[in-house]
Amino acid sequence: MTNFGSSAPVALSVSNVWKVFGRDHGSFKSRPASARTAEAMAKDHLVGAVQAASFDIRKGEVFVIMGLSGSGKSTLLRCLTRLIEPSEGEIRFDGQDILSLNETALADLRRRKMGMVFQHFALLPNRTVLGNIAFPLEVQGIARAQAEDRARELVSLVGLSGRESRLPSELSGGQQQRVGIARSLATNPDFWFLDEPFSALDPLIRADLQDEVQRLQREHSRTAVFVTHDLDEAIRLADRIAIMENGRIVQIGTAEDLVTRPATDYVRRFVAKVPPARVICASSLIKAPVAAVSGLTVSGDATIADIASKIVADAGEITVVDPMGKPIGLLDRQKALETMAMKI
Amino acid sequence: MASDALRGKGFGWVYGAASVVVFLAVSILVLPSDFAGSPNAPWLGVAAWVDRAMTWLVRDASIGGLALSDLTRALAAAAQAPIEAMQKVLAEGWVTGAGFNKTQILPPMSWLGLTLGCAFVAYRLAGPALAIFAVVSGLYLASFGLWISAMMTLASVLFCVLVALLLGLALGIRAHRAPHIEPVVRAIMNVMQTVPIFSYLLPTLLLFGYGPSAALFATVAYAMPPMVHATVLALQAVPSDTLDLARMTGCSRRQTLWRVELPVAMPRLAIGLNQVVMMTLNMVIIASMIGAGGLGYDVLRALRRLDFGAAFEAGMAIVVLAVLLDRMTQAMARRQSAGTTGTSGLRTGIILAGLVIVPTLASLAVPALALWPKAATLSIAQPLNDAVSYINQRFFDPLDSLRTFALLKLMNPFRDALQMLPWPLAISAVAVLAGWLGGRGAAFSVFAMGLFVVVTGYWSATMGSLYLTILAVLLSLALGFPFGIWVAAKPRMQQGVQLLLDTLQTLPTLVYLLPAVMLFRNGDFSALIAIVSYSVAPAVRYAIDGMRHVPPERVEAAAMAGCSKWQTFRYVRLPAALPTLLLGVNQTVMMALSMLVIAALVGTRELGQQVFTSLSQGLAGPGIVAGLCVACLALIIDTLLKAAAARAVQRNGVAHD
Repeated sequence: MTNFGSSAPVALSVSNVWKVFGRDHGSFKSRPASARTAEAMAKDHLVGAVQAASFDIRKGEVFVIMGLSGSGKSTLLRCLTRLIEPSEGEIRFDGQDILSLNETALADLRRRKMGMVFQHFALLPNRTVLGNIAFPLEVQGIARAQAEDRARELVSLVGLSGRESRLPSELSGGQQQRVGIARSLATNPDFWFLDEPFSALDPLIRADLQDEVQRLQREHSRTAVFVTHDLDEAIRLADRIAIMENGRIVQIGTAEDLVTRPATDYVRRFVAKVPPARVICASSLIKAPVAAVSGLTVSGDATIADIASKIVADAGEITVVDPMGKPIGLLDRQKALETMAMKI
Repeated sequence: MASDALRGKGFGWVYGAASVVVFLAVSILVLPSDFAGSPNAPWLGVAAWVDRAMTWLVRDASIGGLALSDLTRALAAAAQAPIEAMQKVLAEGWVTGAGFNKTQILPPMSWLGLTLGCAFVAYRLAGPALAIFAVVSGLYLASFGLWISAMMTLASVLFCVLVALLLGLALGIRAHRAPHIEPVVRAIMNVMQTVPIFSYLLPTLLLFGYGPSAALFATVAYAMPPMVHATVLALQAVPSDTLDLARMTGCSRRQTLWRVELPVAMPRLAIGLNQVVMMTLNMVIIASMIGAGGLGYDVLRALRRLDFGAAFEAGMAIVVLAVLLDRMTQAMARRQSAGTTGTSGLRTGIILAGLVIVPTLASLAVPALALWPKAATLSIAQPLNDAVSYINQRFFDPLDSLRTFALLKLMNPFRDALQMLPWPLAISAVAVLAGWLGGRGAAFSVFAMGLFVVVTGYWSATMGSLYLTILAVLLSLALGFPFGIWVAAKPRMQQGVQLLLDTLQTLPTLVYLLPAVMLFRNGDFSALIAIVSYSVAPAVRYAIDGMRHVPPERVEAAAMAGCSKWQTFRYVRLPAALPTLLLGVNQTVMMALSMLVIAALVGTRELGQQVFTSLSQGLAGPGIVAGLCVACLALIIDTLLKAAAARAVQRNGVAHD
């Protein structure tokens, strides 16, 4: 988890995206803004599964879309990739408007730039591990041998070496999703979409795979959109989190933003069980700027929980530094201790 | 909302009652003589119209100057070639000249080679048990002199399966892609599956001429519907995630179909293949009776000679062929769904080819390998015939009195009573029942189908069919349900019973006639026995399924409430199983109806007989219309029982198919 400055360029820009279901969904475009409230649309049997979603995702950022089931998070993800056609809005990948692309150009963009991991793995039961991972390459018409070479690299990347010729039915759920992850990265995509990838797995395996995703992001950071209903997972993986409620994005921010400055009651209730020490960063609790390092140093984007042992063990001053090692300021020990003691 | 629905229903009932009264009044006033009696002469010459239409089709119809019959005959000839080629490969070998000038260019595949090859594939698919069964089957067919007939049958089966499979797949894919055609296809398929098997033969005979290729077209028309259905279901069952994957990886339409949809759907498609193979075998056996040659013809010829032993031998050949084909295709389907690797691979191919080719080449030197020597042919026909006549002599009195009693005291009175029934009353009563169970649409369609039977002049024959069906179904249920319920409580027995049921259901219908005719000669009683022995299997199966799927927590709740065994059965198990049991009744009826037509071979007097007679006289009109009457009967009963099952589901939970 790194705090994203505004330095990286925008990779995926989403503005005012709507997805409306209902018998007469075609008429939606001609509705004035005033007739687009949930009540007004319900009167005409329209349901806004995604309503006026707007955000920018920067290159290399992990953007988590979070919400309860039925909040529209998977629909939003599918609108971004045009697996579901949005009713209205604009979606730009590296500046290119994908809603204006025809079938062929869209397929081409997906082949080159996108990878996706599915909730129920979506492995092809007739293909081996290697065959499944090589599938996106084969679709592009890459020669079999070459595709399998690349697939072999990915097999070892996700830790499945020795299982290349197994069929999906011979793998555990966690191993199957490792195959799914490897397959989604086979074409080395710039954009990585993960649709509740771990919700079908049990908690221990889920934690393993979350580590795996973090490791893969460290080795090669991709612009990722990750959908989940698990707040814990979101906090672990996200640079920023968007919380959805009934088709609307109610707040976008870092985990710390959501916990310390919830925009609505809904968000407040959502994050109520999160221990603040887990999300509040050292850089947020600085009492005075300093020019030089004195005593222990901690990284500014480390959470209070991360550095708790240092705070407790040492009574001296602790200096907070930025990623380059430059000092930012002295940690407010009192506030840090209060944060650690805060009831949830 | 609820009161609206009730009011709507109320109005419906008022209209319904009014229309029934009007209909009855008109029937009495306009047709006084026919009200009490049963019309046998058609009011509308539907049969004659169909006849004329068929004649026109065959004689005069043309497409752009090309006569339709020429076209169909050409198609028949085109289809003839591959079947003959396959028969040559399997049974006859390539021969030139005739009589003394006959010289063989290529030998047919050796029976030994084919048996070994089949055993090898069986071993790879399902293990040693099936391989041994394959060897025994091959030896039986060869040593009893049934090899050539069996291979003629097999050649037709293989070719028909191939055609039905490809056409079924293509149609299924089309139907899946265009959701609005799908219900239409399904409706056509439903009718096609209830029309009796003989009705398919008639138009094809007229259009395609007499011979194996006419049978091919009838067989394909008969066996294709389940493949279309299976294809649509299999494609619908492809998970949406998997389809999203295809789109996200940028698959083209063709790539999506061939690399994603079909492979993922393969296990279900393989189940469809199994159905196609079994239906094809059934139809090929029936079709071979009209002169295409093969095992079915052998059975019928032996029956006509009253040579039960020979009929039994040929019948057993059908049985081993059916069981072998069924088990192999099922094993294939199972392997598919287990996701284990197939039997493909170069090494397997080489072994297989070696197993088949080496004995075939050796047969050039050793003729016994080409065809089992006549001198060494075995037969148990004589002792079997002796046994049958011994039983018939020794037990003539009890058997004959049983038959006479059943016929005179039960069956004939029931039939007469049904045929006495005034048809307007009968149709209205059934329509009202359908309306009560399933709503206005059901009432209307039931009424229309009933009327069709009346106006075409088959009312009496239909009642003849209905009486046999009702008796057979009641007997099957009386035997099957208690047995199934009993077995369901004995987990250890279930596997054996399931295997037996599976085997019974794979046997072609013709086989079921044999034991009945051996013991009770021709007539309605034999037909009844044959129908019951065919339709008892689904009764048992659904009884087991229904009882096994009773929610265990309800049984526990009953036990905690202190119910006795009988009370648990009466108040918990039976209501929970009811929807499934009703489906079982439906399935039993459908099986009984499909057997009814085959039972016409032993001399019944009802619709099946009408169809069969028209077939032997080459009368397309009556044959097709009588066949449609059977379909009407089946669809009426189907509508009633499905509606009843749906009501039971609403009250008691899920039906298990």
